[in-house]
Amino acid sequence: MRQYQLGEFEEVVMLTVGVLYDEAYGVSIKKEIESRLTRGVSVGALQTALKRLEDKGYLRSREGEPTEERAGRPKKFFQITALGKRALEHNKTMREELWNSIPKIALDGKFIGM
Amino acid sequence: MSQPLPPKLPHRFFRWFCHPDLRDAIEGDLIELYGERVREIGKRKADWKFAKDVLLLFRPGIIRQMEGYQPVNNIGMYKSYFKIGWRNLVKNKGYSAINIGGLAVGLTAAILIALWVHDELTFNKNFENYDKIAQVLQNQTFNGEVETWWSQARQIAPELRNQYGSDFKHVIMSSWNGSHKLTFNEQDVRKEGSFMEPEVTEMLTLKMLSGTRDGLKDPYSILLSESTAKDVFGDLSPLGQAILMDDKLEVMVTGVYEDLPRNSSFHDLTFIAPWELYVTSENLEERTGWGNSWFHSIAQIEDNADMDQVSLKIKDVKLNAVVAAGDDDDRFKPEIFLHPMSKWHLYSDFNNGVSVGGGIQYVWLFGLVGVFVLMLACINFINLNTARSEKRAKEVGIRKTLGSVRIQLINQFLTESMMVVVLSFFLSLVLAQLALPWFNEVSGKQIGLLWTNPFFWIIGLGFTIITGMIAGSFPAFYLSSFHPARVLKGAFRAGRFSAIPRKILVVAQFTVSITLIIGTLIVFKQIQFTKDRPIGYDNIGVISAPIRADGIRDHFDAFRNDLQNSGAVKEVALTDSPLTATNVTNGGFTWEGKDPGMAEEFATLRVTHEFGEMIDWQILDGRDFSRDFASDSMAFIINESAARYLGMEDPVGKSLKWGNNGEYKIIGVVKDMITQSPYSPVKQMLFFLNYKRVNLAHVKIDPKVSATEALSKIETVFKKYDPSNAFEYSFVDQDYGKKFDNERRIAKLTSAFAGLAMLISCLGLFGLASFIAEQRTKEIGIRKVMGASVANLWGMLSKDFVLLVVISSLISIPIAYHYLSSWLENYEYRTSISWWIFAFTGFGAVLITLMTVSYQALKAALMNPVRSLRSE
Repeated sequence: MRQYQLGEFEEVVMLTVGVLYDEAYGVSIKKEIESRLTRGVSVGALQTALKRLEDKGYLRSREGEPTEERAGRPKKFFQITALGKRALEHNKTMREELWNSIPKIALDGKFIGM
Repeated sequence: MSQPLPPKLPHRFFRWFCHPDLRDAIEGDLIELYGERVREIGKRKADWKFAKDVLLLFRPGIIRQMEGYQPVNNIGMYKSYFKIGWRNLVKNKGYSAINIGGLAVGLTAAILIALWVHDELTFNKNFENYDKIAQVLQNQTFNGEVETWWSQARQIAPELRNQYGSDFKHVIMSSWNGSHKLTFNEQDVRKEGSFMEPEVTEMLTLKMLSGTRDGLKDPYSILLSESTAKDVFGDLSPLGQAILMDDKLEVMVTGVYEDLPRNSSFHDLTFIAPWELYVTSENLEERTGWGNSWFHSIAQIEDNADMDQVSLKIKDVKLNAVVAAGDDDDRFKPEIFLHPMSKWHLYSDFNNGVSVGGGIQYVWLFGLVGVFVLMLACINFINLNTARSEKRAKEVGIRKTLGSVRIQLINQFLTESMMVVVLSFFLSLVLAQLALPWFNEVSGKQIGLLWTNPFFWIIGLGFTIITGMIAGSFPAFYLSSFHPARVLKGAFRAGRFSAIPRKILVVAQFTVSITLIIGTLIVFKQIQFTKDRPIGYDNIGVISAPIRADGIRDHFDAFRNDLQNSGAVKEVALTDSPLTATNVTNGGFTWEGKDPGMAEEFATLRVTHEFGEMIDWQILDGRDFSRDFASDSMAFIINESAARYLGMEDPVGKSLKWGNNGEYKIIGVVKDMITQSPYSPVKQMLFFLNYKRVNLAHVKIDPKVSATEALSKIETVFKKYDPSNAFEYSFVDQDYGKKFDNERRIAKLTSAFAGLAMLISCLGLFGLASFIAEQRTKEIGIRKVMGASVANLWGMLSKDFVLLVVISSLISIPIAYHYLSSWLENYEYRTSISWWIFAFTGFGAVLITLMTVSYQALKAALMNPVRSLRSE
């Protein structure tokens, strides 16, 4: 875990960026998370996470064309970098390993206890 | 559909705090969201949501830095300063070498001098009671002149203890440090040491390696220094061992103390024997009274006592005691005073009873020289940098156009000068380390670089940085003040007067260098002058050997015969003091026509019959001592000065009454001989016969025999009459030569530093000349095309510099004259300051300048004008 630092919310943001592929910018990411995970996301939290991820090198950004609905402000599109991809994969395998290491009885026992 | 606008206040707030890199993108998001919300949930609610979003955005990571657009630190800028600085250094290798080299040489000189000054100023500071220890000195008046003596009568310490016990912690008597023979297990070693009273160990807080500080309380004991103990006993434990001193005194080692440091007055005190032993073995109780100032006395005042007050208090202690004892020493008006330890080394000269400095004047002299040399190096630095300013003016212009603020330019230039200075500092450390062996040899010291002393580094680096700041600030502030538009248009011209400060600095440099060189020449001239002074006798091939056994005194005639029969010796004579230091003086003489108020004093030398023949003195009147006249045992031979001193027209045949010793007849007058300081006039002197109280044998070697052969023959004879001691000798002419050591040392050091000063100045000049030649390349090209000859151009380029050096010479001559004539005042026998020295130095300086400048001038003048005119 040490070489890939990725918080829970950050991971969600990155995955969403991946889902949106070419259309990942502030508002679209926010809406995607809100709709998929049914949870509120403030612009502040999202933007901070995006900036942090970009600083870490997991995301890169490009500027889009300014549009009228944005009062002439350009969109900032995000994309996952190779490093970001590796971080995500690392997270995923870590989870799977953990899952696989849980003895069956532990999960079964839990059901019995209920 | 027009885009609804978000509420003004939160929007403006957002724009204010947001980081500029993120602002546009986030603002776009916010506006887009707002637009959607207005449509979905209405303007009011959308406004609130907008405000909430803005508020939640107000967090680290989004908020901009408070100050302008600056990044977190300036490392990038500093990196650039260093990079550009380094490129500039490498690009102008010649200038850089001159700059760094010149400054390093100056710093090396300054470091060496600082180390020397530090060593001088910390002399004796190792002693814990440094502030409280003093030597007891006396002023006595002889014939109206006050003389200060470091020696004291044996009675002074007991008298001080009795009368002023509450002011002193310890007062001790001590013999003069002398060489003594220590024998253990039939092995002899000669060591320097003194007889001292027991409290000396506490006073000097000796670090005892074995035994205790009470070791001297037993009269038959001895304390050895670590090195002496090693030489005498090797690896054996010295404590409790008996050793034989000077073949007669059996003493037991009661302690070993750590060697005393080299820069202390006691560094050659390699053993201490009890004073009591000295008094009994030399029978001093009977032999010495208040009139015999043969010893010295050291005191330590009480912790709360004041040195000056105690010193004043004890002024009359000797006078009172002498009067009470009925001694006649009161006619010399003895005044006792304390000379504190802090002044022993650097303030040891007295003139007419008043302290007139001493070594401190050399500390000042070299300190000043060091400052000057360093100053010269800094001037080079400033000059070369400002001279190059025109070249870098364009750079400044472009930098400013591209947005550099002035402080960045200043930093750039300061960084560059710092780089040069720091490089120079490290180079100078290397140079200083390399030069130290030479420096130690010349200065007669053992100094090392204080690598481990933090103060050395703080002072060294602090000094370096200050030098860099001063040297770099002028170019930095001057260059950064250029106006970009004017510089880039090419209208920039250093005005007519911009070179003036540079010229003044060059003049200052050469003034210092020329003054130093004149000084060196005059010091050398003074030494040569004194060396050439006729000494009045022949000291070539005369050896002087101390008499350590009575055999030589008692059987002198046989001893002399044996020596002469060996075929290697012309003549032999015994004396009481060395020929180079006849410091024994006597008073108590009366003669016809003597002024009754006169407190007379003569230097006296006890000699044997053939003394005159041995040293080949010149008898002006009367005759030499002769074995044919038994009455010569009561005869004086006087020197010319004594004849004048006595005020006798024709002294031969007249008599002098010497206290209770009887009437002495003057049988001859000899030419003055220099047997004391070669810088002073010859003192009035009496020679008389004595075969008992003589301490030195003088042997004149036959010039036909080689010195080594003669010495081995002489040694055999010496061994015959003194089998227990090693034969030790010195050549009198070499002893005499040693009297110039101090002056020669100063001359060597000043000449080295004067040379350095000149070198640094010339380096600077070389740099300036090459710069000016480069600057005027086009002009020279055009002149050549128009028909100017090489000689013309050479003259044109050299003229300016030669003029500056001539001005410097004119300034330095009166300065040098003033200081050197006051230095020469110190010597009663002194050379004159002749005009040719000034002429020679001035001419030499101009010549060196011409050579320095000509290289560049000729190079420029010989250049093909096509090449210089083609390039644009």
